[in-house]
Amino acid sequence: MSNYTDELVDFDEALDRYDPVLGFEVHVELNTKTKMFSDAPNAFGDAPNTNVTPVDLGLPGVLPVVNKTAVEYSILIGLALNCQIAEKCGFARKNYFYPDTPKNFQTSQYDDPIAHDGWLDIELEDGEVFRVEIERAHMEEDAGKLTHMGGAAGRIQGADYSLVDYNRAGVPLVEIVTKPIVGAGKRAPELARAYVAAIREIVKNLGVSDAKMERGNVRCDANVSLMPKDAEKFGTRTETKNVNSLRAVEHAVRFEIERHAAVLDSGNKIVQETRHWHEDTRSTTSGRPKSDADDYRYFPEPDLVPIVTTAEWVEELRSRLPEPPADRRKRLKAEWGYADKEFRDVVNAGVLDEIEATIAAGTSAAVARKWWMGEIARLAKAAEKEIADLGVTPQTIVELNSLIEAKKINDKIARQVLEFVLAGEGSPAEIVEKRSLAVVNDDDALGKAVDDAIAAMPDVVEKIKGGKMQAIGALMGPVMKATRGQADAGRVREIVMEKLGL
Amino acid sequence: MNELIKLSAAELAAKLRAGETTSVEAVQAHLDRIAEVDGTLNAFLHVNAEEALAVAAEVDAIRAAGGAEAEALHPLAGVPIAIKDLIVTKGQPTTAASKMLEGWMSPYDATVIEKIRAAKLPMLGKTNLDEFAMGSSTEHSAYGVTRNPWDLGRIPGGSGGGSAAAVAAFEAPLALGTDTGGSIRQPGAVTGTVGVKPTYGAVSRYGAIAMASSLDQIGPVSRTVLDSALLQELIGGHDPKDSTSLPQDLEGLVAAAQTGAAGDLSGVRVGVIKELQGEGYQKGVQARFNESLELLKNAGAEIVEVSCPNFKYALGAYYLIMPSEVSSNLAKFDGVRFGQRVLPTEGPLTIERVMGATRAAGFGDEVKRRIILGTYALSAGYYDAYYGSAQKVRTLIQRDFDAAFEQADVLISPTAPTVAFELGANDNDPVAMYLNDVATIPANLAGVPGITVPGGLSEGLPVGIQFLAPAYEDARLYRAGAALETLLEKQWGHTLISQAPAIDTASIAQEA
Repeated sequence: MSNYTDELVDFDEALDRYDPVLGFEVHVELNTKTKMFSDAPNAFGDAPNTNVTPVDLGLPGVLPVVNKTAVEYSILIGLALNCQIAEKCGFARKNYFYPDTPKNFQTSQYDDPIAHDGWLDIELEDGEVFRVEIERAHMEEDAGKLTHMGGAAGRIQGADYSLVDYNRAGVPLVEIVTKPIVGAGKRAPELARAYVAAIREIVKNLGVSDAKMERGNVRCDANVSLMPKDAEKFGTRTETKNVNSLRAVEHAVRFEIERHAAVLDSGNKIVQETRHWHEDTRSTTSGRPKSDADDYRYFPEPDLVPIVTTAEWVEELRSRLPEPPADRRKRLKAEWGYADKEFRDVVNAGVLDEIEATIAAGTSAAVARKWWMGEIARLAKAAEKEIADLGVTPQTIVELNSLIEAKKINDKIARQVLEFVLAGEGSPAEIVEKRSLAVVNDDDALGKAVDDAIAAMPDVVEKIKGGKMQAIGALMGPVMKATRGQADAGRVREIVMEKLGL
Repeated sequence: MNELIKLSAAELAAKLRAGETTSVEAVQAHLDRIAEVDGTLNAFLHVNAEEALAVAAEVDAIRAAGGAEAEALHPLAGVPIAIKDLIVTKGQPTTAASKMLEGWMSPYDATVIEKIRAAKLPMLGKTNLDEFAMGSSTEHSAYGVTRNPWDLGRIPGGSGGGSAAAVAAFEAPLALGTDTGGSIRQPGAVTGTVGVKPTYGAVSRYGAIAMASSLDQIGPVSRTVLDSALLQELIGGHDPKDSTSLPQDLEGLVAAAQTGAAGDLSGVRVGVIKELQGEGYQKGVQARFNESLELLKNAGAEIVEVSCPNFKYALGAYYLIMPSEVSSNLAKFDGVRFGQRVLPTEGPLTIERVMGATRAAGFGDEVKRRIILGTYALSAGYYDAYYGSAQKVRTLIQRDFDAAFEQADVLISPTAPTVAFELGANDNDPVAMYLNDVATIPANLAGVPGITVPGGLSEGLPVGIQFLAPAYEDARLYRAGAALETLLEKQWGHTLISQAPAIDTASIAQEA
């Protein structure tokens, strides 16, 4: 339900008069084996309230214990965002009553985040680079999941009752907060999308999160405000909560810019509040008022001791950092020699790793791209799966390719063989052998098939003799049929020419 | 009265080892005593007879069979113990003496309970306390007051009045308490028993329902110093489930108690805290205290006076830090996941209103008072002035201790400024009740250990003497405490507790 009635101003028009200021809070769920403060499994999709211990339920008497791996993952994220790592930091309690929070406080970090003062360069599609300043990245725990039954809109207000699943309660989170981002202008929505995409890519590349937005592994709250051109003071912001796809981030920022402009144009004030994002109407509606004076009565978590990060520990973690995704892309594009669009398509299809592995296993960059962006992408689409999840190995591609290069099979057969490989019939070579799929190069067999075709289609033969060489194609059908598609098309053509004395 | 219940835990353990009695006999004797007097005292909220007897029978069987398993039994195996009902136990209700948890059964054991089970001490049951350990009199229990065995018209101290009264009335030789601002030591003082607040972190807090996390500590309650040492060695040690627990075990506690029992304190510097005596302390209390100092001096101790000028701010700081943590720790009691759920009698059933109705009905006045105080102290705009300032005072108090321990090996003071007051005396004056903890609170704020030892009687009521030691030096408490215990008993010719009057069960109507 999204009964918004807000007036909007055309995007370009809005940005002729106003400068947007953005800010993002991105929550990243870490993929540690256990939760932030308990040894319950950190797993998605299990039966409700099964991955819980007394600690996760906030039972009387329980105490938290910090997950060291979660701290290491948080430091890795901080380092990847070019942050300073705090030498000493601690947890704090954020107190508020809500039934998805078992203790009625969230254990978080307040004035001493583990990572602070970093930056990230975001490259837009045309190569323009924006530097986004990172204010902080801090550790905290996720809340449980509420499902509101009955009533309208699936919200707690008006629900008959609510169900709560504490499996997610206590899952480790890192919240990454930017400084205000100024100067993006009309590229603000695009930058918003690219920023969240970059964070998702970084945490995935670090291996610290499954980074699936559809599962809520990466969740974005997008802050937007407008100020008149030439103004120095930021306008009042709104915070659109839980914008959980890249497309939605872009649309939400665009919508809020258009809405803010209309409110400001009419002489009214923006209400500082949270906004709900509605995917169906691509619009936001008013949430709850939010002021900077929200009182969570933060105080240092007395059940935990401070975290001390030694220089050796941080350097050891720094040495584990993989190549940053943006650097890697630049390097791979140069190495592979793909055109801009080719490379962009490969990135968007999410098969950079697969192509890199296939090339490493022995194919050319062009062959790797042909397979992954062609037949494999088609199969994935048909199976409604991610390309990477289809189960094609680089080794299979290498084998198929060498069979083609050895002229044992043609492209068409190779595609069939791939399907048999995915059906679990064995390696490409085994399948070609077992199913007798090797290309028919036997001139006797081909000659007979050609003779039959010539005899069956005298009119076509006449056309060919009359100089219409493309008519040879009409003979190819019956020949292929006779050889079950295994004929080498080039050789068939040569034989036809010979037989017709051309 | 069965003589078995008069024995100290160490004496009973020796008899069990020697085969002179059985654990079943000992447990049954204590259960009989509970049946006899607890209708009057109300020290127990739950009696765990069946399980206690089963554990006792198991210990007896192991002993009877002999061999390696019998050899491996813990020295206290078979000796019964009572548990303050703030500590969670599987198979027995845990209420924290609150309506909020009426009928709640914990699905897990506290770490100290796991240790007690592993050592096979039969658990007699759960003892009464001020609701969620908030009080100094056990009058703030939702399940009725506990009476002081020395005078049924008086309070047994608090919050651990149930554990102290049970031990004083021979219902149990040992008990567990928790001490946030004096809840083990002050009841010990006013019931003529021994109680120890160990160094913060020496005993795991996992499974002790948190009142103020940075101050809470589980500790032993007993009739002799040696018994407390035996119990602390059993329950202490690092616990990976409690991040604030010390990495190392504190060793030599029993040995220190045994050394101290010789009554020789040659070369030990005992610091008298100038600020914890005189004004505000009853004359009888001060007199017993002075007599103890004399005895210690005669036993070779060097008595020095130390000054802890910031102790005068301790009570104020405590009543900001403790309620702040209380306001957060008790937020989980909302009727959503466990315990009582109370629906509002009128109006819509929203989650906020159900939580509100549950907390309004489930918490008593003292608990609500502290939640409100703490919520206020942590509020934006007040945090620095209240919580922030209180934390600074805490640092100053730690420095006072550091300076004092430069001059002295242990510090000494009366445990409480008065003997047990009459039931209801402070009903309308919470601050008067808070003042009872003026001498015990500094140790909690600084994390240092403290012990109370019976120091004699004033107006027929027990007076407690408190020793304090530097963090990790709990052994010093046991040495000094055992020495004073020996010296006093030598002077009196008997134990203090042997002078407690018989409990007149007829004077108080048996409660159903």
